Amino acid sequence: MTNIAAAASPPAETAALPTRLAKGFVDRLVIIVPYLWLLFFFLVPFIIVFKISLSQTAISMPPYTPVLDFSEGISGFFAGFRELNFDNYTWLTQDALYFNAYVTSLIIAAISTLLTLIVGYPIAYGMARAPATIRPTLLMLVILPFWTSFLIRVYAWIGILKPEGLLNQVLLSLHLISQPLVILNTYTAIFIGIVYSYLPFMVLPLYSSLEKMDYSLIEAAQDLGCPPTGAFWKITFPLSLPGVIAGCLLVFIPAVGEFVIPDLLGGSQTLMIGKTLWNEFFANRDWPVSSAVAVILLLVLTVPIMFFQQAQAKAQEQGK
Amino acid sequence: MKSLGSIRRDFAPWNDPNAKPYIQFDKVTKKFGDFTAVNNLSLTIFEREFFALLGASGCGKSTLLRMLAGFEEPTAGRILLDGQDLRGIPPYKRPVNMMFQSYALFPHMTVEKNIAFGLKQEGMPAADIEKRVAEMLRLVKLEQFAKRKPHQLSGGQRQRVALARSVAKRPKVLLLDEPLGALDKKLREETQFELMDLQQELGLTFVVVTHDQEEAMTMADRIAIMDKGEVMQVATPAEIYEAPTSRFVAHFVGNVNMFEGKVAERAANTTRITGATGAQIVVENAADTAMGADIVFAIRPEKIRVSSKKPADAVNALEGEVYDVAYLGDMTVFHIKLDDGQMVRASAMNASRVTEDPLTWNDRAWVSFRPDAGVVLTR
Repeated sequence: MTNIAAAASPPAETAALPTRLAKGFVDRLVIIVPYLWLLFFFLVPFIIVFKISLSQTAISMPPYTPVLDFSEGISGFFAGFRELNFDNYTWLTQDALYFNAYVTSLIIAAISTLLTLIVGYPIAYGMARAPATIRPTLLMLVILPFWTSFLIRVYAWIGILKPEGLLNQVLLSLHLISQPLVILNTYTAIFIGIVYSYLPFMVLPLYSSLEKMDYSLIEAAQDLGCPPTGAFWKITFPLSLPGVIAGCLLVFIPAVGEFVIPDLLGGSQTLMIGKTLWNEFFANRDWPVSSAVAVILLLVLTVPIMFFQQAQAKAQEQGK
Repeated sequence: MKSLGSIRRDFAPWNDPNAKPYIQFDKVTKKFGDFTAVNNLSLTIFEREFFALLGASGCGKSTLLRMLAGFEEPTAGRILLDGQDLRGIPPYKRPVNMMFQSYALFPHMTVEKNIAFGLKQEGMPAADIEKRVAEMLRLVKLEQFAKRKPHQLSGGQRQRVALARSVAKRPKVLLLDEPLGALDKKLREETQFELMDLQQELGLTFVVVTHDQEEAMTMADRIAIMDKGEVMQVATPAEIYEAPTSRFVAHFVGNVNMFEGKVAERAANTTRITGATGAQIVVENAADTAMGADIVFAIRPEKIRVSSKKPADAVNALEGEVYDVAYLGDMTVFHIKLDDGQMVRASAMNASRVTEDPLTWNDRAWVSFRPDAGVVLTR
């Protein structure tokens, strides 16, 4: 069959083959470039971190052993390879500190994500319903805080939240409270910090899904006897779910590993995985354990997301 | 004008002085900022009527519909439905349903759920909802598509779902905003008749907004021609076509020839008009015009005869030259340039397959028409 087909194909097509191959390569290049990017800047670093997590801490340069290299030839490389083990992971399960830090981080991230959603949804909704002429301005205002350093903005919150800070001064002078509120160095401060810092990541995807929604759907719902609040929950919210999910992921994922906000606003007693990692790395100089912490964090975050995406793809497949 | 009644025999509540109006627009004005969309408009629609609002875009017809649905409140005036003033009643409490131009189907719900949406809001028991939805699906012939989502349907099917959803609640009035606007020509023609059947079957009052005169002429019992927020004429399709009351209406619906002139001589029931270039025509139905008044005689192309020789018996015969001929199969359209410069459009049915003496470009030709073939317009 193949032979017959090949024999029957006109010679012109054979001549065109190199050009077709080249075209195929150009087409594929579009995909190859991002894959290469992921390979070099995600997969390779991850493998290095993973390898370090399997090593043992040592007082040397770099501060772990074995160091895999070929200075002693192939056999030396494999000798080093055999020294790798999962001791650090076992260690993580033995000390409750790590488990608690993971759980606390996930809970804090989940609560802050919910708070960000509650704050961000009305903002995005208002923007999407605003006159088209002022929408770009509103969008600009949402992005504007990014023009100032993240660190400076978090520091500014210390000035606002501390016992003798701006917020307490205002509340005291208005006689709303009789003594300063203790907000700084509590979980409340962490929530405020995360909600403030990550709000744009929630608002932007929500806005983009709300903005393209056809307003006549709301009118149709009302026309069919549904009051405005009902129309919101039955039409607007379900249709904005892709934006809600994207926004929540964009806030939740970085919030779990957040280090700066709990460190600056949460004080010393708050236990979050980002801070634990930082301590292991910089205070204890225990690279292997901190690498293990990072690998587990990555798994904790990516595995549920992968399952979620698979489920979503399946749902979409069924929809078609 | 007896012959120019409704296409539905014995249905003409607008001619009955005792008929109770169902929908009443009473001196309604709607302004958006400086722009007046609807200007002091009064209109009466009767129960079970198929009423069309016809006009170019921006004439205020959609605003009128949206005020009836409750999405806009009139700036001034009242809207009454079955005697009840609708002011202040929100859309979700009005006994009217609307079929949207974009269909506005809920994309995250199946066809079934879309149709059931309004019934659920009503608090109808689940078993009844199921029955009603099945009935609606049968009505629009979409039984096998119940579980599909809107994006899995064709344009025509979506239109049917929108229709089923809007009539599922058995509203007192169904409002249709350009219901066939998104369909292709063939489908549109089919659907026109289906809509008419549906209206008869359900016995509902339909108010349809359209910019397509053919659509309005086909479906409606009465048509309101709108321009710049005002109603120009409300009448049956036949009256609109045969007896327009203004130049605007005559121009808006179908093609028309306008002979302008002054009233020169008046007899018992005929009037002689002299055109600007001296051409004279004799017309009927101009009794209430004064001598010397500027008037227009409007006549439809199919009421004008074209011949190569002057017809012996014609009261009105004007000579000219064939400027353009368009053969359309069922008929032929002539553009004749009269000797005084006026262009006349005339159409002739091609009743026989071969014409003995076909007129063609640049031939001399005569146009003739009867004095009662057109209408005299003063505005």
